[in-house]
Amino acid sequence: MSNWEILWASRDVFWQGFGNTLTIFSISAVLSFLLGSLLLFSMEGVRPRLKIPLRIFIDAMRMLPFLILAYLFYYGLPSVGIRMTAWQAGVLALVLYHGAYFAEILRGSRITLSSGQEEAAIAQGFSRPTMFLRIILPQLVLRTRGVMGNQLIILLKDTAFLVIITVRELTAAANSLSSTYFIPMEAFIVVIGFYWMISLALEQGIRFLGRIGEKRGFNNA
Amino acid sequence: MPEQPEVSIRNLSKSFDGIEVLRDVDLEVKSGEVVSILGSSGSGKSTLLRCINWLETPDRGEIRINGERIGLQDKTQKPMSRRELAKVRTQLGMVFQSFNLWPHLNVLRNVTEALIYVQGLKKSDAVERAMAFLHKVGMAEKAASYPATLSGGQKQRVAIARALAMQPKVMLFDEPTSALDPELVGEVLSVMKDLSSEGYTMIIVTHEMDFARNVSDQVVFLEKGIIIEKSAPEIFFHSPRSERVRRFLELDKVV
Ligand SMILES: Nc1ncnc2c1ncn2[C@@H]1O[C@H](COP(=O)(O)OP(=O)(O)OP(=O)(O)O)[C@@H](O)[C@H]1O
Ligand SMILES: [Mg+2]
Repeated sequence: MSNWEILWASRDVFWQGFGNTLTIFSISAVLSFLLGSLLLFSMEGVRPRLKIPLRIFIDAMRMLPFLILAYLFYYGLPSVGIRMTAWQAGVLALVLYHGAYFAEILRGSRITLSSGQEEAAIAQGFSRPTMFLRIILPQLVLRTRGVMGNQLIILLKDTAFLVIITVRELTAAANSLSSTYFIPMEAFIVVIGFYWMISLALEQGIRFLGRIGEKRGFNNA
Repeated sequence: MPEQPEVSIRNLSKSFDGIEVLRDVDLEVKSGEVVSILGSSGSGKSTLLRCINWLETPDRGEIRINGERIGLQDKTQKPMSRRELAKVRTQLGMVFQSFNLWPHLNVLRNVTEALIYVQGLKKSDAVERAMAFLHKVGMAEKAASYPATLSGGQKQRVAIARALAMQPKVMLFDEPTSALDPELVGEVLSVMKDLSSEGYTMIIVTHEMDFARNVSDQVVFLEKGIIIEKSAPEIFFHSPRSERVRRFLELDKVV
């Protein structure tokens, strides 16, 4: 049997890893985007006292290697009595870490949005949450689609770190096959292919957002 | 009993950073009246208009829309909650110099958005109402276009339709034609003129002297935050009481 045939025979391991990576990525992408939006909304909110702790949280996350956070949640927290499964720890770390980045990306675009649009919304009687959801956030997404896409790809790549906290995602699958059959080259080439596939699909999604944006005159992203 | 004014402003004062921008402004606007506000740049015209719907918070004074207090609770003098404020604001439509359309929504959705998400109309009802008002301002064919593809005059007409669709009692216009190329001013003024003949109550900050003369019932002149002339257009433009207004009108003729 050639090395490739060995891999083909154990394709179930890859599929499982691929499925897990895709699931973790999707859940984390959605939740971290929601967290980022919520952070932004809270920071410009009516309670100025909230602003400083949120700011500190965002900066703290951004100044931290992701790997450390994953280590901390899975291996560190049990020593203070907080126990999570590898999945829970992994997703939570991804969401907090990338949520902070999403907040920062959205905020950068937020401060350049014309205040007149908000005044028009306020004059029409919009509540703050409705205005944020319907008027502000959609525009921020269209404007930052490029950076947002980048961040999603970084998130995808960070899922690979979860191998070290025993999550059985793609990289873990390649790892186990390569060490079981001593064929690291082929095993890792296959997972590279998988990561590229997901990234290309993401790029397509961003391109689609781009077309929506261009029709509306959002060409600056 | 005398008819209750649609808008009544009493003793309105407002400062920015210690500089008084409006001082003891009094103004009453009756139902169906058109009031033009004139004055040189920085005289406080926009601030006055923005105080009326509480986009700026006045320091002193009271504003009533149809007898209903805006901004402060009548009994306690405490600031209204956002929700209460939003409710009073639904009686006021506002049109801005820079249109302030929402670029991610097409023309129709710019108009329906508040109908659906503020007034809670069913989508089909909102669309029907929005189309009626877009038709009124001559923008029905552009319902599916995005703001970025419209001319300034078209944008402003959409903005007017958006405000009208909320069916406010009073329309506030802050220099609605000042950002427009000269050849586009006419289409917007003609829409506004139609509104006035339909009996809309309007308060208009403008530099369009002919429009102010022909369409308004009252002309108000602001100078350093004080109303120094408030009269019918015939008087304002032919025999103003104040020397300052006379000079202002002279200057306008020269230009
Ligand atoms: N948010 C603000 N903060 C500080 N100063 C302000 C603010 N808004 C207005 N001002 C000042 O208040 C004064 C009156 O401004 P306002 O915009 O009401 O004038 P205006 O009559 O509308 O002028 P224009 O014809 O140029 O629009 C100006 O000196 C202006 O600089
Ligand atoms: Mg102004």
